[in-house]
Amino acid sequence: MPLSFHHKPGLVVYLTAGDPSLEATTAIAIAAIDAGADVIELGVPFSDPLADGPVIQRASERAVARGTKLSDVLAVARAIRSARPEAGLVVFTYLNPILRYGLTRFADDAKAGGADGVLVTDLIVEEAGDYLREMDRVGLAPVFLAAPTSPDERLEAIAAHCKGFIYAISRTGITGKQSAMTADAAALVARIRRWSTLPVAVGFGISNAQHVAQVAEIADGAVIGSAIVELIERATPETAAEDVARFIKGLQLLAVSS
Amino acid sequence: MASIILPSAPSESRPGRFGIYGGRYVPETLMAALTELEREYELSKADAAFQAELNALLKDYAGRPTPLYFAKRLTEHLGGAKIYLKREDLLHTGAHKINNALGQGLLAKRMGKQRIIAETGAGQHGVATATTCALLGLECVIYMGEVDMARQELNVLRMRLLGAEVRGVSSGSKTLKDAISEAMRDWVTNVRTTYYILGSALGAHPYPTIVRDYQRCISREMKEQILEKEGRLPNAVIACVGGGSNAIGAFYEFIGDRDVRLIGVEAGGRGTALGEHAARFAGGVPGVLQGTFSYVLQDENGQIALTHSVSAGLDYASIGPEHAALHDSGRAEYTAQDDAAALNAVVKLARTEGILPALESAHAIAEAMRVAPKMTPRDILIVNLSGRGDKDMGILAQELKLGTTDQRD
Repeated sequence: MPLSFHHKPGLVVYLTAGDPSLEATTAIAIAAIDAGADVIELGVPFSDPLADGPVIQRASERAVARGTKLSDVLAVARAIRSARPEAGLVVFTYLNPILRYGLTRFADDAKAGGADGVLVTDLIVEEAGDYLREMDRVGLAPVFLAAPTSPDERLEAIAAHCKGFIYAISRTGITGKQSAMTADAAALVARIRRWSTLPVAVGFGISNAQHVAQVAEIADGAVIGSAIVELIERATPETAAEDVARFIKGLQLLAVSS
Repeated sequence: MASIILPSAPSESRPGRFGIYGGRYVPETLMAALTELEREYELSKADAAFQAELNALLKDYAGRPTPLYFAKRLTEHLGGAKIYLKREDLLHTGAHKINNALGQGLLAKRMGKQRIIAETGAGQHGVATATTCALLGLECVIYMGEVDMARQELNVLRMRLLGAEVRGVSSGSKTLKDAISEAMRDWVTNVRTTYYILGSALGAHPYPTIVRDYQRCISREMKEQILEKEGRLPNAVIACVGGGSNAIGAFYEFIGDRDVRLIGVEAGGRGTALGEHAARFAGGVPGVLQGTFSYVLQDENGQIALTHSVSAGLDYASIGPEHAALHDSGRAEYTAQDDAAALNAVVKLARTEGILPALESAHAIAEAMRVAPKMTPRDILIVNLSGRGDKDMGILAQELKLGTTDQRD
């Protein structure tokens, strides 16, 4: 089962595919896996990423401007999968690119590309009927978001439909770095545990080793997104993979020693 | 067209669905707030004191009912159907947007939310929201694309004078779509303390229903007024459609009257290529943008297309989901008028009736100018004059070269 966490906590690394290029995304993903990432979240760039903060907005804008298509992202998935068969791979996207591509075709192609799961940012469980059937048909894990504002009855429904892991949002808000973890995250993870035995990964705002160590105390995985996307934005295309690998190794230091 | 498979089986009976359109496509963080809003809105409908307060404000503060005015000189000039104008432009703040802003403002207060956010395109919804917040003593933040801030500067100044903070949005096309995305980002972040007054019949359920309900007073009054003046219903009702709030308000009470044609007018912009207009039914396909499933102008990869219209209020890549359903069922017709036709209609209405329409509403006037001559003097057209054009003087001065040429017919 590739969607599993081998570290404490497991590391989920988000990359906006196509930023700075498709080849670079593949190379960075491989370097991230070799540095200790358990799961790669491969972000499909979208013109209107309303759940994302400025860093991922800029990355999406650059990748869309380069003409990055959903089919390109699935090709990157295939390249990562063939290079690193043991790593977890989740396609992370907004709904509209999937609708335009065709839901059935997307499910087939994502599975063929070697993805283990899919996370659709703007798809809630109540609207996910056909999507869940397609994920089930091809054997992809649907990963849903759980929010601090989700009441218990919603967490129960989310837990019932999630496979692989549950993505717990650390705070109300959009993606982006923050200075300290909020109390929201621990409370949310504790509530999720009442409804599910799946691993729980905490994301949004996790950007340094201290955050990762804090997540290790409450959850199974930590999702690192904007911090890495920003690192790639600042790096040159030649050094990006190396910079990301060094950053990921640094993230694990406090968690491992504690 | 790529095959569209809905993420869930559509059903008429599901709340928030108009045929197959509508629904809720939002980040999970907003779901609790949308559920709370839906519940509180239903409670407010049954709350007599709430309704009495809203009706009193609509009457004494906003100026309802608005007149239904027979445009005699325009009618004579066009030589066809009798043209009536529903004068939403006479409302306080200058457009129909105040109907919805007052309703949702009172709803926010009822829910105990002290901080209000809103998006605006042409600035009319922003001004209406800032006005409502001043009246009710609420904190107000308005998101507006930087392109729109430049072309509707007067409304930016009005909002600031009213005490609102106007936050410019520099992402994407820097217009209405980007202002909505930024407002949604604010709402996701501050959802526990903040009420989002969405200004058009767009977004996730229950917004399209709430906005329509607060705007349906337009068609309710139209119906009473035309029966009083003419003793019969009109042959057609014409309204411009951006997100579609004034149009759904003008159409709604006539939907059951099958002999009344309902004509929505989209922005034809400056050309038919993707990116040059905002005619969703001419160039869009069904998809999801900003919380709802409807027609969306997009490229073959599902990226949302840029749009263009001389009117900021119609310059949007998607359309309210109830319009999508009315389009598919054939109950309403949708057409487009381009920038030049709208500018021409502004001048024509100003010169024949002494009324300066908003550039948005001028698209509806342009359509009336097209269809009226093909009809007989026994036929009746009602045009929803959704807003007045004072806000557009900067654009009009530039486009019509008012500063340099003596403008005569």
